[in-house]
Amino acid sequence: MRIRGRRIVGGYAEGEALISPTPFSFYGGVDPETGVVTERGHPLEGESIVDRVFIFPHGKGSTVGCYILYRMRRRGTAPAAILNLETEVIIATGCAMAGIPLLDHLEVNPLEVIRGGDHVRVNADEGYVEI
Amino acid sequence: MYLTPIEEAMLEGEAGEAVARAMGLLVALGEVFEAEGLIEVESAHVSGVSYKNLGEAGLEYLEEQAELGGRIRIRATLNPAGMDLRRWREMGVPNSFAEGQLRVIEAYRRMGVEATCTCTPYLIGHRPRAGSQVAWAESSAVAYVNSVLGARTNRETGPTALASAMTGRAPLYGYRLEEGRRPTILVDVRSRLTSRLDYGALGYLIGEVAGRSVPYIRGVRSASIEQLKALSAAIATSGGIALYHIEGLTPEAREMTPHIGGLERIVVREDSLEEVVERFHGELEDPVVCLGCPHCSLRELMEAARLLERLGGERLWAFTSRGVYEKAERLGIVEAIEGAGGRVYRDTCMVVAPLREMGWREVATDSFKAAHYLSSMGFEVRVAPLRELLGGEP
Repeated sequence: MRIRGRRIVGGYAEGEALISPTPFSFYGGVDPETGVVTERGHPLEGESIVDRVFIFPHGKGSTVGCYILYRMRRRGTAPAAILNLETEVIIATGCAMAGIPLLDHLEVNPLEVIRGGDHVRVNADEGYVEI
Repeated sequence: MYLTPIEEAMLEGEAGEAVARAMGLLVALGEVFEAEGLIEVESAHVSGVSYKNLGEAGLEYLEEQAELGGRIRIRATLNPAGMDLRRWREMGVPNSFAEGQLRVIEAYRRMGVEATCTCTPYLIGHRPRAGSQVAWAESSAVAYVNSVLGARTNRETGPTALASAMTGRAPLYGYRLEEGRRPTILVDVRSRLTSRLDYGALGYLIGEVAGRSVPYIRGVRSASIEQLKALSAAIATSGGIALYHIEGLTPEAREMTPHIGGLERIVVREDSLEEVVERFHGELEDPVVCLGCPHCSLRELMEAARLLERLGGERLWAFTSRGVYEKAERLGIVEAIEGAGGRVYRDTCMVVAPLREMGWREVATDSFKAAHYLSSMGFEVRVAPLRELLGGEP
């Protein structure tokens, strides 16, 4: 199945889907050294983001989050790609700084059609996702 | 999004890797906000300086940009650091923090950014002209340049302001456009505003009630630079407001009058301002009294020196820019404050210095912005006019 979306940061990546139904903050939400979600009470607490296609509604919290995404990329703990429902400054800036493919405004809601663990191919250059 | 051939070339790396990445970042943001294209900007003010906020991650990013040959191509000033770059030891800042902080400053210097380390560049000669496009970060300065000076900027972040400084471009959307500057809510002030604190309280209240709107404020008859500075900082803190107009005072207010008909209206009375002050009324045992969020002007330092002469100021810490500090030093104001037991520090402030590591628990201030952030960081805070904080009569 191919879903079209809006390209924010180009690139190609594939990986297993990791899904957060709630907005996500990279600042304080994840340990950048290990890529494990640390936010207390978050549905993904304890899960690894490393090399996953990370799907969540949008970013939240401090703009410092963009530096964290960059740091994760340098450490090799970053997600392979990010899909947002509607992205915003922090995630867009962080992905651009780190070179992480980012799409949003998908024609169908990815939180509904993609399941955690699905293998997802993200072609952000062409603006589509394949499951 | 439309890019000119020059911008395309920058994006493709013809001006080097750092510029290509900067361009990539601006284009990504342009896509998010559905900008038609980029616009040339005349100056930048860059945030993301305190090592307390940046940490290792931010430092790595900045050092890499400098390593890649990133150089600014328009004037760019820098927001406060986490310490006085010369007197940090006496502030009680740990060595490890200072090391990281000095590397951050060095990275910015290598890129050509002026290490002004202040949130009030407009008080030290970086004053964009009315109508000019600029790329400023630092929410209080954004509100000030947009509203009081009539220049045009969105609320940039550290990385986007730096990217604009390196490319001389910013995505064209939001407050850069005529329609983005129009008022969206009317505020009628039915209270006399006298002190700087009143203006801060008004800003904090409007931000809270009106969120991300563009307020058109009526009923404010006069305001000094210092009062507008306090208003700008508070209004940007509680709600994220980047632009406001004050009837009869700010440069674009008159041309906005055709757009105020039919807007939702809120009324601000004296009791609602008092209620805002009451919110930050911790009973503190032994607070440090902090002045200078945003950084003190020369006039504010003079006023503090006068008060200290009468009331003493063992617990006063005043924060300002180097530019203002040098003038204050020449005029003997720094000596007067420090002679009365207070301290004057440059380059930093109570919000971005590592107060916990310095052993602080309580802060008393006349700044709503500082009170807001410090209380969210778990400090006990109290807001009152400086005279009261120093133990004088209310």
